[in-house]
Amino acid sequence: MDILIQQIINGLVLGSMYALVALGYTMVYGIIGLINFAHGEVLMVGALTSWTVVTALKDAGLPGWLLMLLSLICAVVVCAVLNFTIEKVAYRPLRNAPRLAPLITAMGMSLLLQTLAMIIWKPNYKPYPILLPSRPFEVFGAVINTTQILILLLTVVTLAGLMYVVNYTRLGRAMRATAENPRVAGLMGVRPDMVISATFVIGASLAALAGVMYAANYGSVQHTMGFLPGLKAFTAAVFGGIGNLAGAMMGGVLLGVIEALGAGYIGPLTGGVLGSHYQDIFAFIVLILVLTLRPQGLFGERVADRA
Amino acid sequence: MKNKLIPFLIAAAALLVLPLIAQQFGNAWVRIVDIALLYVLLALGLNIVVGYAGLLDLGYVAFYAVGAYMFALLASPHLIETFPAIAAAFPNGLHMPWWAVIPLGAGLAAIAGLLLGAPVLRLRGDYLAIVTLGFGEIIRVFLNNLDAPVNITNGPKGISQIDAIRIFGFDLAKRKEWFGMDIPSVTQYYYLFLALVVFSVVLCYRLQRSRIGRAWMAMREDETAAKAMGINVRNMKLLAFAMGATFGGVSGAMFASFQGFVSPESFALQESIMIVAMVVLGGIGHLPGVILGALLLAALPEVLRYVAGPLQAMTDGRLDAAILRQLMIALAMIGIMLARPRGLWPSPEHGKAAPSPAAAAK
Repeated sequence: MDILIQQIINGLVLGSMYALVALGYTMVYGIIGLINFAHGEVLMVGALTSWTVVTALKDAGLPGWLLMLLSLICAVVVCAVLNFTIEKVAYRPLRNAPRLAPLITAMGMSLLLQTLAMIIWKPNYKPYPILLPSRPFEVFGAVINTTQILILLLTVVTLAGLMYVVNYTRLGRAMRATAENPRVAGLMGVRPDMVISATFVIGASLAALAGVMYAANYGSVQHTMGFLPGLKAFTAAVFGGIGNLAGAMMGGVLLGVIEALGAGYIGPLTGGVLGSHYQDIFAFIVLILVLTLRPQGLFGERVADRA
Repeated sequence: MKNKLIPFLIAAAALLVLPLIAQQFGNAWVRIVDIALLYVLLALGLNIVVGYAGLLDLGYVAFYAVGAYMFALLASPHLIETFPAIAAAFPNGLHMPWWAVIPLGAGLAAIAGLLLGAPVLRLRGDYLAIVTLGFGEIIRVFLNNLDAPVNITNGPKGISQIDAIRIFGFDLAKRKEWFGMDIPSVTQYYYLFLALVVFSVVLCYRLQRSRIGRAWMAMREDETAAKAMGINVRNMKLLAFAMGATFGGVSGAMFASFQGFVSPESFALQESIMIVAMVVLGGIGHLPGVILGALLLAALPEVLRYVAGPLQAMTDGRLDAAILRQLMIALAMIGIMLARPRGLWPSPEHGKAAPSPAAAAK
């Protein structure tokens, strides 16, 4: 029983991070119909930027939470500028190109960011210092630490903020209009290019936040760390119904929980034949099942094919 | 006819003597060409799925892995060392001949293709891409972890001591003397791979012109219209997956015997992306373009390894050959797509009507 609660807590923490990244995917896909393969790499850049700031300032005697906040702000700024530039340089010129062209560019961008990060930060694993008090709290026999509580809280607050922006502000309305039909939105006085840029910037900020959380939770950073979370976050976005914000959140959280429970119970269930190193395939099995049984995702509506 | 024949003969002669010249500069150069030919084979196979049938497959390397592991298991001491029962059945060691293993590998890959194809028939476009990507990762995770409880794939350590291909008692791993010239193993493999590539090109070309090929292209352009014309879209999609997978399986078997060693590391997602990039960069659905793309992405970065030495010294060891190669591939993928979104050598657009109002307005 304790294990069950513990795995659910772990799953929720993991799922919150997936949800933050999935939102970036789903917003971009909803507006320009592109799988932004480089999104996971933005998370990685955020984590590594934060690590740089934290290690540079660790002797300054600042309290841990302030240091983390500072590094988070730096990471958000760097990622926002980065994603803005990527969109402008690599995706915008291809907006009316054949469908595969921007996808290949996005994959190339992902590879490029990884390689550049490897050159800048060197390929070794770097320990991310513990900045928040790590004394665990007990909840129903399971444990949760301050970082994890903070991750859950921050995710909820961020998601609420994003929902507000998308549903109740001018920018949000422009985003929804552009997603619906960029040309008609343009006729109504919306500038689609600006809206798309804004979407990339918001997505990058969320990814940076997730990156810092990832680093703080797992305690190490490296240039390949963005790839798998990126892939799973995309899975989460598809799971929830791509283009749908609430779907992306639910998809992320559910995927995190499924993964944690799967990894925790696969050993005992199969008599030790399969171990927790099969954790990574749950996401894909879920994905294949969902797409086979309900291709539009959990919360998606049936949309016209984009193929 | 005559003026076409002469350049053709020159090209054929050039391809035949290429390794003989390259080996003068060291076997490493021939090896690069060999690997490039393998990539051409893979790209041709993926072109059937992506280029002709329009199904974006990001897990293609899984079929490559299936073929490679099939060959590795049936032509190496690994199974014998692990299972006493098999050792008893084959007292002389498990050395299946190539003419048995390669069709088996191809068949198994085709079955894997069908297995992947069946559940994803209803998906298209980006969803398909992500599911196939997941499929590729699942295969890799299994290859990595199937060393326990029963050691089948030997996990991350991989399988070594794989037999070389031996055609009628003619062992490709041994160096030979022909006409007073020293012919190393890599050069012999070159001829084998070249023959395979030529065969595949002819096959693809004929396929493209056939009823099946035309059905694929009709399906790619407009699935609904294709259905209305009486094309069985389901069977055609499955056929495309199976055919593409067969190419992957055969290339995998070749790769295993050529390297003498396979490990899950060779079948990472990056490889799949690389093969897709070759097809798309060259010119999707256009055979000369696909071959060009494969040669370019496979060979150029390898050549760069040889100029990377001074650069590495200059940058304090940060820019080594492997990193430089990755950097070049990434930049090529972005740069070529930005400059030529339809690929370097796209198929000529034929039968194009006046632009539709929607396209003209963009």
